Amino acid sequence: MQNISHQSAAHRSSAQKNTAQKTQTPLIDYLLRLGDNALILGQRHAQLCGKAPALEEELALMNVGLDLFGQARNWLGYVSELMASELMADKIDADHLAFRRDAQDFRNLLLVEQPNGDFADIMGRQFLFDAWHVHLLEGLTHANDPRIAEVAAKSLKEATYHLRRSSEWVIRLGDGTEESHARMQRALDNLWQFTGELLQIDEIDQAMLEAGIAPDPDTLATRWKVTVEEVLEEATLSRPAYDAWMYTGGKVGHHTEHLGFLLAEMQYLPRAYPDATVW
Amino acid sequence: MGSDRSGLPPAGDEGDVEAVLAVLQEVPDPEVPVVSVVELGIVRDIDWVDGRLAVSVTPTYSGCPATEVIEQHIHEALVAAGYSDPLIQRRLSPAWTTDWLTETGREKLRAYGIAPPVGSASKRSLTGQPDPVVPCPLCGSNATERVSEFGSTACKALYRCRDCLEPFDYFKCL
Repeated sequence: MQNISHQSAAHRSSAQKNTAQKTQTPLIDYLLRLGDNALILGQRHAQLCGKAPALEEELALMNVGLDLFGQARNWLGYVSELMASELMADKIDADHLAFRRDAQDFRNLLLVEQPNGDFADIMGRQFLFDAWHVHLLEGLTHANDPRIAEVAAKSLKEATYHLRRSSEWVIRLGDGTEESHARMQRALDNLWQFTGELLQIDEIDQAMLEAGIAPDPDTLATRWKVTVEEVLEEATLSRPAYDAWMYTGGKVGHHTEHLGFLLAEMQYLPRAYPDATVW
Repeated sequence: MGSDRSGLPPAGDEGDVEAVLAVLQEVPDPEVPVVSVVELGIVRDIDWVDGRLAVSVTPTYSGCPATEVIEQHIHEALVAAGYSDPLIQRRLSPAWTTDWLTETGREKLRAYGIAPPVGSASKRSLTGQPDPVVPCPLCGSNATERVSEFGSTACKALYRCRDCLEPFDYFKCL
């Protein structure tokens, strides 16, 4: 996306860039993005436990969250193996990556760390992510790294189901009552500024493209836009401009303030009781 | 192997896949206990590596919380049957599909009150197509409707029957 103005969410100077980047290979960084997206969005779902508007939605939200946690475990499990084999680092497992890293070491998109808000915010965030995730995973099933291809194939089945559900909700809320339409539009307008990052290509993405792992970014962008446009049209919602001002930074560890609070809650127990083996 | 099964015929000379299958046939899925791990289609390979039994198991969903428990139960059942130190391997590819549910497994699900998957997952039944007709596992009526995409576990959706008015789980296609 050339039209997106780039600005770091955290406004860090380059001198303050965390050093972790220098010790990570592009492949590890790329896998952290995949794993952290699933982990952080999964945690947003976990925060809704006991708070969904209806029992059926409670079950759905928790199950989607579980799928995402499983995907995160598969991606981060591969990261931990690569860290041991390629960086000669001490073996750290997927749990360690999830529970012992600080915010600036996370590589998830800003979109997935946005707070839960109302149900329109929750389903809007899910839809904008799913519409991208499904096409990304589909591309990754053709990666020339067999491990990535098999995790992607497994995740794709689940993400396809997630997209069906989140699309239906965006349509139901958008094409619903005056109140639900207004809320869905407001959620969309607010979340839109975090979508630029989905289609942004940096040197890590470029390296993975050249390595035959990441799918073609133009195809991915086109497919995301087609899915978004189809659903928003049926939902009678107005689509914000693609060249609107966008926040970026999550992919290189510059996050919005919300991630720190999420991690504080998610990581409290393992950090407070580092020697515990049973929870 | 098998020599410490006092009073029982030797179970599992190396290469006796049928004997191993017979043991695994008795290991239930912890969340849907009427079907065994074999009927669920998650046992993907039985092999011997340097004389050590190796069983490959695939998870139904990435985040299925029963994955570790299932692997542990399989391990325990094999040890109890006389296989020393069996190796349980997790295999992701090819990804599990409901097409691998055996006929017996489907019938057991129905009898238990869970509607088995309708149609084949290979037809991309998750998107772009109308919902299949899911017959009520309790009264057999086709007048059913989906209440929620998800049921009590990730592998099920929630339906209700408009004739007998009962809610039921549908083991969805994947």
